[in-house]
Amino acid sequence: MAPAPNRPTSPHLQIWRWGPAMAISILHRVTGTGLATFGLGILLWWLCALASGPDAYASFTGWVWADLGSLEWDGFGAIVASLVRVALKVLMIGLSWSFFEHLLSGLRHFVLDIGAGYEVDSNNRWSAILPVVAILLTAAFWAALLLR
Amino acid sequence: MGNGTSIGRVRGLGSAHSGAHHWLLQRFTAIGNLLLMTYLLVSFLLLPNLSYMAVNDWLAHSIPATAVGLLVISLFWHAKLGLQVVIEDYVHESASKFACIAALNLAAFGGAGFGVFSIVRIALGAA
Repeated sequence: MAPAPNRPTSPHLQIWRWGPAMAISILHRVTGTGLATFGLGILLWWLCALASGPDAYASFTGWVWADLGSLEWDGFGAIVASLVRVALKVLMIGLSWSFFEHLLSGLRHFVLDIGAGYEVDSNNRWSAILPVVAILLTAAFWAALLLR
Repeated sequence: MGNGTSIGRVRGLGSAHSGAHHWLLQRFTAIGNLLLMTYLLVSFLLLPNLSYMAVNDWLAHSIPATAVGLLVISLFWHAKLGLQVVIEDYVHESASKFACIAALNLAAFGGAGFGVFSIVRIALGAA
């Protein structure tokens, strides 16, 4: 069936004026979609590699968390494989940021759900603060993981 | 839509009456994700390293295997609910929308099943 002409449609980036609340709302959706696709894909790859033994696990870590200093760049195949490894490493860091961003904007939704935080000033303030906190949490997590 | 009468049009275009249930499940699975992702990330930080031996030995124990298994189910459930809303918002043609949501359901159940199977395999030490 074709949609009736006067039905309300969802917000679009072209229609809405940019502001903190709108930005964190679309960030929530973008990070959620990224986590649900790439994030769950990596999660399954990790579990499958673990279940398949040490060689499969070494292959998994060699792809998603390669040592960037020892990548090979001789020949077309090696260049493509190295570019994929760099992209996967960026993806891993991006997914960790997406997780913390989606976590914090999701907690913001819980606050809004109980009817709090709708005043313009506090709404704008928290919408601007949370993405900064997400970046700090991402940095703290990787620091704790890599520097222990 | 409708048969031309105003009440028929209203009925055809009205609420599906399942939105609140979807909305609540999105929150319940979010709480599951929050607890179990915290467990997973803290476990990563507490493991001596993330080598195959360390991770496999950890995940083979009953509590980690149960927690990560439930995490897989909660994550795929939450992802399915969220992506469904994205599809409903941006895919306007009803046949495409139906096809996208059908494919999403297959992917969500397939992914969750595969993840749980992998954890069972790790926990029972098949590899």
